[in-house]
Amino acid sequence: MSMSDTRQPALLGPSGMIFLAILVAAAVLVPALNLMTPPDSALHVPTYVVSLLGKYLCYALLALSVDLIWGYVGILSLGHGAFFALGGYAMGMYLMRQIGTRGVYGDPILPDFMVFLNWKELPWFWYGFDMFPFAALMVLLAPGILALVFGWFAFRSRVTGVYLSIITQAMTFALLLAFFRNDMGFGGNNGLTDFKDILGFNIQSDGTRLVLFVLSALALGLGYVLCRFLVRSHFGKVLIAIRDAETRVRFTGYRAENYKLVAFVVSAMLAGIAGALYVPQVGIINPSEFSPANSIEIIVWVAVGGRGTLVGAALGAVLVNYAKTYFTSGMLAPYWLFMLGGLFVAVTLFLPKGIVGTFYEWREKRRPPPDGADAPLASPKPAE
Amino acid sequence: MNSRARLRGSGRALLVALLAFCAMLSGSLAGSLALSRAAQAQDISAPLAQLANDNYADTEAALGALALSGSPAAAQIVAALADGKLVYSSTAPRQIFIRTDTGLIDPLTMQAVAPAPAVKPVRVNNRVRRAIEAANGALSLVSPDPAKRIDAAIAVARSRDEAALPALDTALAKESNPKVKTALVLARASILIAKEGITPAERIAAVQLVAAEGNQEALAILRGVPDSAAPEVKQAATDAIAGIERNLATWAIAQNIWYGVSLGSVLLLAAIGLAITFGVMGVINMAHGEMVMLGAYTTFVVQEVIRQNYPGLFDWSLIIAIPLAFLFTGLIGVLIERTVIRFLYGRALETLLATWGISLILQQAIRTIFGPTNREVGAPSWMSGSFELGHMSVTYGRLWIIVFALIVFIALLTVLRVTRIGLEMRAVTQNRRMAAAMGIRTNWVDAMTFGLGSGIAGIAGVALSQIDNVSPNLGQSYIIDSFLVVVFGGVGNLWGTLVGAMSLGIANKMLEPYAGAVLGKIALLVIVILFIQKRPRGLFALKGRSIEA
Repeated sequence: MSMSDTRQPALLGPSGMIFLAILVAAAVLVPALNLMTPPDSALHVPTYVVSLLGKYLCYALLALSVDLIWGYVGILSLGHGAFFALGGYAMGMYLMRQIGTRGVYGDPILPDFMVFLNWKELPWFWYGFDMFPFAALMVLLAPGILALVFGWFAFRSRVTGVYLSIITQAMTFALLLAFFRNDMGFGGNNGLTDFKDILGFNIQSDGTRLVLFVLSALALGLGYVLCRFLVRSHFGKVLIAIRDAETRVRFTGYRAENYKLVAFVVSAMLAGIAGALYVPQVGIINPSEFSPANSIEIIVWVAVGGRGTLVGAALGAVLVNYAKTYFTSGMLAPYWLFMLGGLFVAVTLFLPKGIVGTFYEWREKRRPPPDGADAPLASPKPAE
Repeated sequence: MNSRARLRGSGRALLVALLAFCAMLSGSLAGSLALSRAAQAQDISAPLAQLANDNYADTEAALGALALSGSPAAAQIVAALADGKLVYSSTAPRQIFIRTDTGLIDPLTMQAVAPAPAVKPVRVNNRVRRAIEAANGALSLVSPDPAKRIDAAIAVARSRDEAALPALDTALAKESNPKVKTALVLARASILIAKEGITPAERIAAVQLVAAEGNQEALAILRGVPDSAAPEVKQAATDAIAGIERNLATWAIAQNIWYGVSLGSVLLLAAIGLAITFGVMGVINMAHGEMVMLGAYTTFVVQEVIRQNYPGLFDWSLIIAIPLAFLFTGLIGVLIERTVIRFLYGRALETLLATWGISLILQQAIRTIFGPTNREVGAPSWMSGSFELGHMSVTYGRLWIIVFALIVFIALLTVLRVTRIGLEMRAVTQNRRMAAAMGIRTNWVDAMTFGLGSGIAGIAGVALSQIDNVSPNLGQSYIIDSFLVVVFGGVGNLWGTLVGAMSLGIANKMLEPYAGAVLGKIALLVIVILFIQKRPRGLFALKGRSIEA
């Protein structure tokens, strides 16, 4: 059986290839331009730009995770920022433990904020975070378990559509309130910051920044391949069917809730990884990452790039965040919220398929017999 | 005749006690003996003469006499002494005057003295100052102002100072106002409870008297029963304390429910417009909170205009703001519906995104026009102040908001039940296509519904401007709660919104004392999330035949 007979799209396809090629190029070129060109050269990439780009890549991975469940399962999560922040906190806790005696209070075990709160010993949930493998495991498990518990309750009782969106928003709001509390033991309002080093390397040094950038690119690439693999498998076909007609899928004999749950947990873990890579590059994690507004912003990245295209989600994240950096740093800063708000309205009204989705549509029209090799996996109909 | 004689006799006994009191204060027995006679006659010339001696011991004795005289001038003389304004003429005959800004006045006649003689102030030392305080306390017990008398009685009850007993007894003998009398009796009982050397029966009577009061004060007094008291007294006190605590616990619950109803009515106001747009049109309006915010800013503008042009109308400002806020936000709502939302029907999740964008734009617009800081919206006189209901306090502001929320709720219910547009709205809610087939212009109904929902949000803003900061972020703090109310109560049924708002409000306030404000809120969010698992369509879900709503 050949590929064209089963209409099974290739794992990558042209747009995936281009996407990965750009990622590889970035992972090679950015460090090269940073290291090899003199600082006054026009081609030089300063270190702060490297960190900025690294941050965009983390956002792109986060957008990818949202696209997996929104674009392919129809779950509009307004709380995905929570999974991102949990991954970030797990990494932040590891980085806090690495500070050791170099904190302001010089306590070998307790982070500064605990000394400040007059705590005598480390809370139990901080145990093990001095070991990187444990922290790395927690980056996956903390968001994964939350998603598992939350999703198990929600999908089992068939909470769908806007109801699901609203309770995911309530979830991240509850976490926001919880993490603001000093008693929670996560640094309260100030969050975790003042990191010194990661795996023995100085977190501020140019070399570490470059490695983190390359790792972010790698994570985004692998995340893309994983999502692509998932959505083109049989499993992914069921997900798409659930998105388009959940009841019908259930009547056909599939346990729709289990499929949704797996997709939700995988997506949460991807978001957690994005958060874990994000924290060392920006140097801080605080409860504002849980704010519902942040989670909604992720949705607009995906919507701009194109829901249900994966590549589009990553593209949207980078574009919107580049615009944000551009507008909020100059004299246009007061107008950024007008811009962002306008973007929400304009995309939903005039570009419902997003940039990449519109491009696919245009290409399909131009080439009447689609070869199927790169066709989007049944582009999503407007959300129900 | 007999009884009067006995009264006089007891009066004499009292005086003896008073004497001892004064003696204790002054340490000058002879002086107070002389004074007590003067006091009996309500004549204060003798203590005045003593004051003129400018001798510490005499001054103290004079203060004791003044305290018991009950003369209206006494308070003024004591106050003048405390301020260093009490003076005596240094040449014979020595006479006491009060120094004022304009000159000297005679304390007996309150007339200005002319020509003013050469004077010296009456000197004061620490012991005299203490005597002044004691005299002030005793004098306020007989002050002409009943409120002051009650305050003084409460102060005595709190201090449980045995030395105040004689002064209390004099005050009691004179008192005619029943309220003040109760306070005095209570104060006396609270002293007796702690006093040494009284019979158990007397003490039990005192305990019962205090217990009848049943408030925190009484509780504190009853806890002061000394260990040396007889067992039956202690038993009576323990029983009384338990009774009061039970009573107070009930009132605390009542107070919490009241706070809960108050919070619930705020939630109801914020959520009810949302319930309409969500229920009828299936539109998730994330800009709903901003409509509330616009309503609050409308109130601010109305108040500014009134303050500058028609200050006399200030008490009416909220009532004027209500229709204006309704019209303004309603128009904005219709505008949003016509320009954005109508293109997105049937795409609930995308409507959510678009309206979120609109909310960002509206927030930033208000921030640009009015600045990011809080704006001051004043309360009209009829909304300020509070009153006591049993053992809980009720503020007029909260009371009016509850009343207002209920009025809005009933008005809306009436609109939906009685008017034609209400009928059409319900028809569209239940079956949009069938309604269209019956000739209802669903487009027009949608626009009107959205306008109505937004207008009601504006009205909510008028009310919320009274209890929250009027800032561009006002709406943000209500949007999540409002959604939870609507989702909890169930879509398409206003009663669900009412029940949802009230139960969330009361649950929030009942959880707060145990878990604290933040944890209580988190617990509530978790409870609602779990509840939705159980009833995915809310408390009052519309029943239909379709599998997917």
